[in-house]
Parts: sequence; structure tokens; C-alpha cells
Amino acid sequence: MKEIDCFGLSCPIPVVNTKKAIKDNPEGLDVLVDNVAAKENVSRFGKAMGYNVEVTEMDGGWRISLRK
Amino acid sequence: MSSAVYDENGKIKLTSMVKTSGCAAKLPPEKLHCVIDNLPVMSSENLIEGFESADDALVYRVDGDTVSVQTVDFFPPMVDDPYVFGQVAAANALSDVYAMGGTPAVAMNLMCFPSCLELSVMKEILKGGMDKVGEAGAVIAGGHTIEDPTPKYGLCVTGFMKEKDVWSNKGARVGDAVVLTKALGCGIINTAVKAEMADEESFNACVASMTRLNKEARNLAVNYCIHAATDVTGFSLAGHSSEVSEASGVTIRIRTQDLPVLPSALEYARLGLLPAGRYTNEDYLFGKVRFSASVTQEMRDLVFDPQTSGGLLLFMDKKEAEDYVRRYSEITGLDCCRIIGECTKKEDILIDFS
Repeated sequence: MKEIDCFGLSCPIPVVNTKKAIKDNPEGLDVLVDNVAAKENVSRFGKAMGYNVEVTEMDGGWRISLRK
Repeated sequence: MSSAVYDENGKIKLTSMVKTSGCAAKLPPEKLHCVIDNLPVMSSENLIEGFESADDALVYRVDGDTVSVQTVDFFPPMVDDPYVFGQVAAANALSDVYAMGGTPAVAMNLMCFPSCLELSVMKEILKGGMDKVGEAGAVIAGGHTIEDPTPKYGLCVTGFMKEKDVWSNKGARVGDAVVLTKALGCGIINTAVKAEMADEESFNACVASMTRLNKEARNLAVNYCIHAATDVTGFSLAGHSSEVSEASGVTIRIRTQDLPVLPSALEYARLGLLPAGRYTNEDYLFGKVRFSASVTQEMRDLVFDPQTSGGLLLFMDKKEAEDYVRRYSEITGLDCCRIIGECTKKEDILIDFS
């Protein structure tokens, strides 16, 4: 599964990068973020795009899995 | 010169130089309180409103019943155009004086400017500020400029008025109607603009709102009996309302379906185009606000959205409020001024959103 690293990026860049990446990976992808706003916003974006969203904690941040 | 600062047509992109912008750049309230609560409060018999009241500006007695109202406000750009940025920053700074019921008399510029930018950009920012100060009927008399990698601009503003005419945030009464004079959502739209996902209509509406002075709102309101007032900026509608409810000892009930909303703001919220300040504002108010189950997620986003140069929040009798809203729309031709709720007896929460 495709993975994009958004550590160190503040809003709205994680959402912008996720939007770009799902164009080439419509079946889903994982997004790594390190701040609450990015975690919430990428999750919201994933849901709005019709994905099932699962958030798991990881060292220093969260892994957000978007799946069809 | 950094090429990322200019777009493909060579136009300056001020927001590419900043991480947080506009009033969303405000230090989160819990951090601010953590510091100032541990410092001694300075006092003077002539200082009428200071630090502790969380009001919009300080009030200092000059002579007899004449007071000065002073405020300072500056932030990094939330728009790319330097002239518009200057206008927004100035309108935002001037608003604190209007929110106290005063009129600005004199202002000074505060400018942080990157050495990599052309000086014509600074001139445009200052021109924007000057035009708004002129529109307010005040004058700019000097200022201070330093070099800084992140551009920032704002004003220190002073107005003079009679002490009895000062609006504070502690006079709201049970039964008062709550009036908001500008639409919400500019923090969300500015985030969507940064993501290059905002449409032109919402961007233009947002800029028109942020550059509009609260002058008419204040000038009309002095004809009514205003019990309390503030303006809505970085701490959001929820945050600034809670300052009034806390200071006044009432609970404020806000009907979210009556809130004025900038075009597309709720749609951008649904897409997760939300500024970080929206989350810190909610955290800060944890346990102090309540939402009915019927309030949508996007409406929650809206009430915590940090505003830049937002409207006045006025508390007055319901009949007066109805008249005020009607006359405001007649004078300005705008429909963004609404009665959004009322004050009730104090409960264990500050704000109830339904």
C-alpha cells in the first residue's frame, strides 16, 4: 500500500498531499502525520472522499489508513 | 530572491512565507494564560480595564471622564496580495477600538519585513493600512520596522471617549439578544485558499469581509443601549462568546442555523480544510461548551474557526436588537448581521449551541 510521509507539515499541506496521492492510488493509501490538526483534517478529507478511515498511533504521530 | 515567493506570473505570494496566518497565528489562550497568570498584575488608579478582564483594549483615564482606549494587533499575512494584507491587518487592529464603543484617533505601524522581498511590497502593505486608517477617520503617526524572515504587519491604535460610553464584556444580562455583525468562516476559507482549493466567490467574499471596518457596526450601535460587546477574532465565536458569558455571569445560547456563514466555508470544513487554531480553540473550551446532537460537524468547525478581522458581537435587549439588525442591513446593504442567540441564567456551561 502506498504511504506518504507528512511529518513536520502543517495544515493544509497534509490534505493537499493526500489529495494529490489518491489520484494515482484510488484504492487507498496510508498517511503519516505528527500533529492533531493534520490527523483530524486528513481523516475528514478521507471520509469526505468516501474512504473508510482508520487511525493508529505510531512513534511521534499517527498512521491514517484510507481504504475503499 | 526566493523564487517560491512569486507565482508563475511573477506576482508575490506572501502566504508562502508563513506557517500560520492572520488571527490564527495567535498564541493559544492556554499558553498565554500559563504565562501571564504567573506574572504580577500592575495597577494604576487610572487604569480602568487592563490585563485581567480579557477585554479587547485597555482603558486608561486621561482626564476627568475622558479615557483613552488602546490596542495593538499584528500578524503574518493570510492573503497573497500585499495591499489587501495591509487593509486586513489594519481593519483587524482598528476593530478592537470599535469593540469598546470608541472611534480610533491615532495609529502607529508595526512592520516585520523579510530582507529578500522588494521594498515595493512593504509600500503596498503600508498603503493598505493607511487607506483603512484614513477610512476610519484616524491618522497614522509613525511606527517601527524590523527585518524578519516572516512578514508581519499591524497597528497600535488609540481612541478617546467618555468613560461612561465604554462597552465592556461584562455587562450582558439574562434575556439579552446576541448580535453578530459579520459572517463566519474566514479561517476555513483562508486555509482552503492556501490549499489552492477555494473558489473565487468564497475568496472574494472572505476578503470583502476581512477588509470591512467595524465602523458602521459601531456607529449604528451607539444609538442603542449596548450591555456588552466584543469582536470575534482568533479565539473564534465560541471563545469570544465565552469571555462575555464568563465575565457577565450568564450562559449564552446560540442557534447555529441562524449563524451567518461565508460562501462554501461549510463545504471546505467537510473536506478537512481547517486551520490548526480550530482544534486548539475547541481544546481550550473543553467542558465549557455544549452542543445539541442536531449540530453538524461542520457547524462545530465554524464556531471554533479562528476569525481574522471578524464582526462585532453585541448584547442588547431583544427589541433593540431586531431594530439594529434591520437598520444595519438598510445602511450597508448586507445580510451578514444577525441575531444568533440569547443570554440565559448562568448554568454549569458558558455556551450552549443548538
